[in-house]
Amino acid sequence: MNSVIFLTIVLLALSSYFFGRKKAILIQSNKRLTALPKFYGYYLAIWCGAPAFLLYALWSIFEPSIVRFFILSDYSSQGLLEGELNLFYEKVKSLSRNQYSGELTAELQRSAEKYLNFRDIAKWSKVVIVLSLLIASTGYAYTKISNNTKTREPVEIFLKGVFFLSSLAAILTTIGIIFSLLFQTIEFFQVIPLFDFVFGMHWYPAKAFVRDASEALDPSMYSDTFGAVPIFAGTFFIALIAMCVAIPIGLLSGIYMAEYASKRLRQYAKPVIEILAGIPTVVYGFFAALTVGPFLKDLGLSLGLEVSAESALAAGGVMGIMIIPFISSLSDDVITSVPQNLRDGSYAMGATKSETIKRVIIPAALPGIVGSILLGVSRAIGETMIVVMASGLAANLTLNPLESTSTITAQIVVILIGDQQFGDPKTQAAFALGLSLFIVTLVLNIVALSVVKKYREKYE
Amino acid sequence: MNKEERLIKRYKAEKRFQFYGKAAIFMALLFLVVFLTKIFSTGYTAFQKTWLVIPVNYNADLLYLDPDKKPTTEDINDADFYEFGIETFITLDPNASEDQIMELKKMFAFTFERELKYYLLDNPDSFGKTVDVKLTASDDLDQVFKGNYPRDIPENRRRASDYQLKIFDKLNEDGRVISEFNASFFTNADSREAELAGIASSFMGSLFSILVCLSIAFPVALLAAVYLEEFAPKNRFTDFIEVNINNLAAVPSIVFGLLGLGVLLAVFGLPRSTPLVGGITLSLMTLPTIIIAARASLKAVPPSIREAALAMGASKMQTTMHHTVPLALPGTLSGTIIGLAQALGETAPLILIGMVAFVNTIPGTPMDPAASLPVQIYIWAESAERGFVEKVSACIMVLLFFLIFMNLGAQLIRHKFEKKWN
Repeated sequence: MNSVIFLTIVLLALSSYFFGRKKAILIQSNKRLTALPKFYGYYLAIWCGAPAFLLYALWSIFEPSIVRFFILSDYSSQGLLEGELNLFYEKVKSLSRNQYSGELTAELQRSAEKYLNFRDIAKWSKVVIVLSLLIASTGYAYTKISNNTKTREPVEIFLKGVFFLSSLAAILTTIGIIFSLLFQTIEFFQVIPLFDFVFGMHWYPAKAFVRDASEALDPSMYSDTFGAVPIFAGTFFIALIAMCVAIPIGLLSGIYMAEYASKRLRQYAKPVIEILAGIPTVVYGFFAALTVGPFLKDLGLSLGLEVSAESALAAGGVMGIMIIPFISSLSDDVITSVPQNLRDGSYAMGATKSETIKRVIIPAALPGIVGSILLGVSRAIGETMIVVMASGLAANLTLNPLESTSTITAQIVVILIGDQQFGDPKTQAAFALGLSLFIVTLVLNIVALSVVKKYREKYE
Repeated sequence: MNKEERLIKRYKAEKRFQFYGKAAIFMALLFLVVFLTKIFSTGYTAFQKTWLVIPVNYNADLLYLDPDKKPTTEDINDADFYEFGIETFITLDPNASEDQIMELKKMFAFTFERELKYYLLDNPDSFGKTVDVKLTASDDLDQVFKGNYPRDIPENRRRASDYQLKIFDKLNEDGRVISEFNASFFTNADSREAELAGIASSFMGSLFSILVCLSIAFPVALLAAVYLEEFAPKNRFTDFIEVNINNLAAVPSIVFGLLGLGVLLAVFGLPRSTPLVGGITLSLMTLPTIIIAARASLKAVPPSIREAALAMGASKMQTTMHHTVPLALPGTLSGTIIGLAQALGETAPLILIGMVAFVNTIPGTPMDPAASLPVQIYIWAESAERGFVEKVSACIMVLLFFLIFMNLGAQLIRHKFEKKWN
């Protein structure tokens, strides 16, 4: 039904374009127009489609809650709790779809009939009201069209408005992220003290298995369950291992590409290295779990070391490989943009190429390099699938790279995979972890981007 | 140390430094090669499937059908092919004990009933005759035949028993074990049985997600970029939008999964596990990538184009829509494809919105529950059965094929259609 209304609006708007243009052409035969005939078409199409669509959208958003209000208004005065009302309303809805299998009361039956009735009224009044608004606005615009109506300006202002709204999408996304994370996190901290979360040493979310609603609000159940220190430590530890792989290889290859490599090598090797950044992370995860993990385990056995099959080293090492291209490309760009006269000055003093690089170019490019490393760290902290598949899921507080550890991202996946119950501290804990992840990466990105930007301005 | 020696030392340091650089590049390339070789060498066998060709006697008595009358389609559909299958398997070893009969049955995929039935439906003439029928081998024998599974370990640690291997080897000697192109890998949905699992359902899931993502992200991003680049006044608010876009591009993907879960599912009540929600989540993620690419290509259009249009009396909007945007379109399109390729490989956000459900039907619309290719890789990689290892690698090969294809497409658009301004 909804899609029929939507299509009708679209089709009517399209056809009114032709009516508007036709009228303009008719006027044109004896009077001069103020805009091209097609603008009259657009003008009419916008007047036809936009108000009707807006009303239709608002109606669709508010209809469910208004119907709910009318149905429940008979019962809400009886002193029922919000939860009971919700349950009752769900029952009414499933009964109206003939999917209800519980106990049937007269009250329920009456409400279900009323519900169907209301839905019917709502549906048809929506059709009638939206269509009459459409006809009214189109008719108004049609009669307004004359040789000296301004049509181009309103159409352009409308388009500009649409463009502006599109540019708000990014802000809305950010607001959505913050809203969804913050909302759940605040509820989480109403049950778990912030101090326990930030400084607690034990993380066993599986312990917080809630059997019924009364238990959920009992904080004593969660003591020593949601201490995030092992998770934070694991996250930074794995990121550290990753950077130990990525920084030397990425930086050295970036330097070589920028300073030594012939044009041909650069032309071929650079895109090939960048393939590493384009491989999906789940593929790296599989590689780490299937190949690197067992390889390290066997290697450890032959050296007499106990290596877990899901070690932090395997996950971190493979993650490092993934980050190489981020660091090499960015540092390559940064080094290439160091002005040539710095190099010439150094050569003129008799320095070799490597001395020039080490003593002149790298110090000059340092802010940019640091920025690229920070971006790499932020990637490593936010990386999910490699850790989920290759490192353990149990949160051990350890500094031994041969044991398994867990990270923020992996724990979010562990908690939220499968069915989630909103309002359960376990689910909320995942959102609290998400918020900490968001803040950490945001700070890293802002710092990194501003460092790189400042650096670019220095040499431009 | 005299001057000469110092110079030699400095030149040595120079050589060393160059070597480190070469070694680093070599290492990076080596990782890539090792990685691809490993995936391809474990994955290519999944494109082959092992069949056992066994003689089947479509005897009327065994099927409880009337021997004198040619059976109709309905008769065949109603007939019991399970018992018939067991009777057929016994012909492989007439002296088999009860347990051994069960083992014989386990040499075949559990779809043997359907395969026997469809053969008879397709070849009604074989009724009453003994014919050779091709049946899917079980996952264990499939792996043994491909050499992915060692035969020389003790029997109790092996999935295929000695008895099964004996029968299998006899069939093999008679040339009754054949290996053919595994079409069902591309046409089947996911299955708990490795020999039957295919990527059709997850492929459709990925396709729908990407289409939803494209139809939201591309128009919104293009219009946003046009506004920011061509119309927006230079003020604090515009700067704020810009900073916002840059930061959004670096937010970890899993956070978008939390957004999808917390807002799209919990607040808007959209259906869980569907490509619709997956596509919307991915579109929010690719939005900044496309906006940045579109702005860069709008910026690259020289001001003289705009000035020429304005000088001819075009309005600002006409200049933008008729001249600037079409010229910036190739760059925007290639940025869009790259963004979509990223979205295609994304796993974590889709797991959070429930696209990890086991789906054994092929979704027909974006509103049906589905997995996606990367999620399928994750699901199979987590399952213990040996046969899934090659499936995972093969699924990775399919995914990488699409990613390479998309990236080449983006390159092609860029080289072929983008104007170079000098």
